[in-house]
Amino acid sequence: MIWQAFCAVLRRDLLLAWRRKSEGLSAVFFFVVVAALFPLGIGPELNVLRNIAPGVLWVGALLSSMLALQRLFEADFRDGTLEQMALSPIAMPLLIGAKMLAHWLVSGLPLVLLAPVLGLQFDLSGEALVTLTFALLLGTPILSLVGGVGAALTLGVRGGGVLLSLLVLPLFVPVLVFGAGAVEAQVSGLGVQAHLSILMAMLLPALFFGPLASAFALRIALE
Amino acid sequence: MNMFRANFWLHYAGPQAFYGLAGRLWPWCAALAVALGVWGLWLGFMVAPADAQQGEGYRIIFVHVPASWMSMVIYMAMAFWSVLGLTFNTRLSGMMTRALAPTGAMFAFLSLWTGALWGKPMWGTWWVWDARLTSELILFFLYLGYIALTSAIDDQRRGDRAGALIAIVGAINVPIIYFSVKWWNTLHQGASVSLTKSPSMAQVMLWGMLLMAMCFWLYTIALVLYRVRTTILQRESHTAWVQTIVQEAA
Amino acid sequence: MIWESWTQFWAMGGYGLYVWGSMGVTSGCMAIEVWQARSAHHQHLAQLRAEHEGHL
Repeated sequence: MIWQAFCAVLRRDLLLAWRRKSEGLSAVFFFVVVAALFPLGIGPELNVLRNIAPGVLWVGALLSSMLALQRLFEADFRDGTLEQMALSPIAMPLLIGAKMLAHWLVSGLPLVLLAPVLGLQFDLSGEALVTLTFALLLGTPILSLVGGVGAALTLGVRGGGVLLSLLVLPLFVPVLVFGAGAVEAQVSGLGVQAHLSILMAMLLPALFFGPLASAFALRIALE
Repeated sequence: MNMFRANFWLHYAGPQAFYGLAGRLWPWCAALAVALGVWGLWLGFMVAPADAQQGEGYRIIFVHVPASWMSMVIYMAMAFWSVLGLTFNTRLSGMMTRALAPTGAMFAFLSLWTGALWGKPMWGTWWVWDARLTSELILFFLYLGYIALTSAIDDQRRGDRAGALIAIVGAINVPIIYFSVKWWNTLHQGASVSLTKSPSMAQVMLWGMLLMAMCFWLYTIALVLYRVRTTILQRESHTAWVQTIVQEAA
Repeated sequence: MIWESWTQFWAMGGYGLYVWGSMGVTSGCMAIEVWQARSAHHQHLAQLRAEHEGHL
């Protein structure tokens, strides 16, 4: 029953995202554009680009995630589905978790897959690209899970988008520090173990607390 | 009244009783703040000698360190009231948290500002990305985020609860950021100079600093109590006791 | 007294700009905060009074 509910919500969200492809694609496209803007702004010297690549790509992923977060609960809030989820006998965090998984599959996973390609623009080495991909694979779900709290709190609030960014950026800082740090560590020859372990250590509690905190925040918004 | 009984505290959890209590307390706190401030500044600027390494420039610590401490203490107070408010659903908790935020944001800003003015002549740079400064900057953003969120939500109670959640999440986040940036700094050897090494202090310098810290603390208490009274009048304007006060003030 | 003259006091051994820049902004901010809290209080009281009289 619980598993079925989870899958039903997941399938529904994926279907809705598929029907409105442009929404999902625009956030991903944003990532591509940002990654292209930096070399244009800074200059084509490969040494410089290689240095800034981890930071730039991670910040691009962060900004893209922030844009996508606005869509996490918006539609369901407006048409009343969120209220139904709050009233259902299935634990709300579970259903929220399904929404977050769908959200990550649509907005986060494409970033993970695109990053190595964009990394080539910055002349990152093969191993660095692998590290970047793996770090984003661990980090982008954290963004969806933790960002959900911000998305829930700013539901239907004036100036929601910018406010969401302001609320959520401090929460993203540790992910950014260790995610970009992992790639830099790889490039400078230090081990990436530590960084990736810490990302994993942040992901596991986020899997549990993210949906829980977001469900709590949604109940505040739904009153 | 025996203060070990729950009724004592619950009595003051009601806005009307708290309004009276705050009204009696804040003038004393303000007077004490002024007295401690004068004494602290006297010690800091008229008694304490110049520092061996930093000359007269070190005197900034008499406002910088108290401001930093207050920015953190106030945030912890906000988190405390937030937990209380979400647990017991008291109206006053939300009002107290909202009253604390602007002062906290101000002290966070002052910490950054005075820190930069201290850093430039002493260590040659206005800013450095070490753990403490970065955490202070993020703390400033957290204050702004709280103020922005609570201002944007029209429904006051919803705003209180949303703000409470973000305050608590932020309180958990700050230590995480502190340790992340600390680690990040140690891995980038020699990339940063820590601005946290304070000079080993003479007694009188320490005293001056502590007096200023207490001054800022009492200033905060006085101001927050004053401010929350305004909020109480606003929110409880439909009640008879507020109507009486409004009439009497006319 | 550790200062030999007022000029010396204001100069702060060459760090005058930084020290007084800090002290000035600090006291300025606190003064603005106090003023703002007072004016908000009086404003709300006046507003409530106007509403109260409007009801009568």
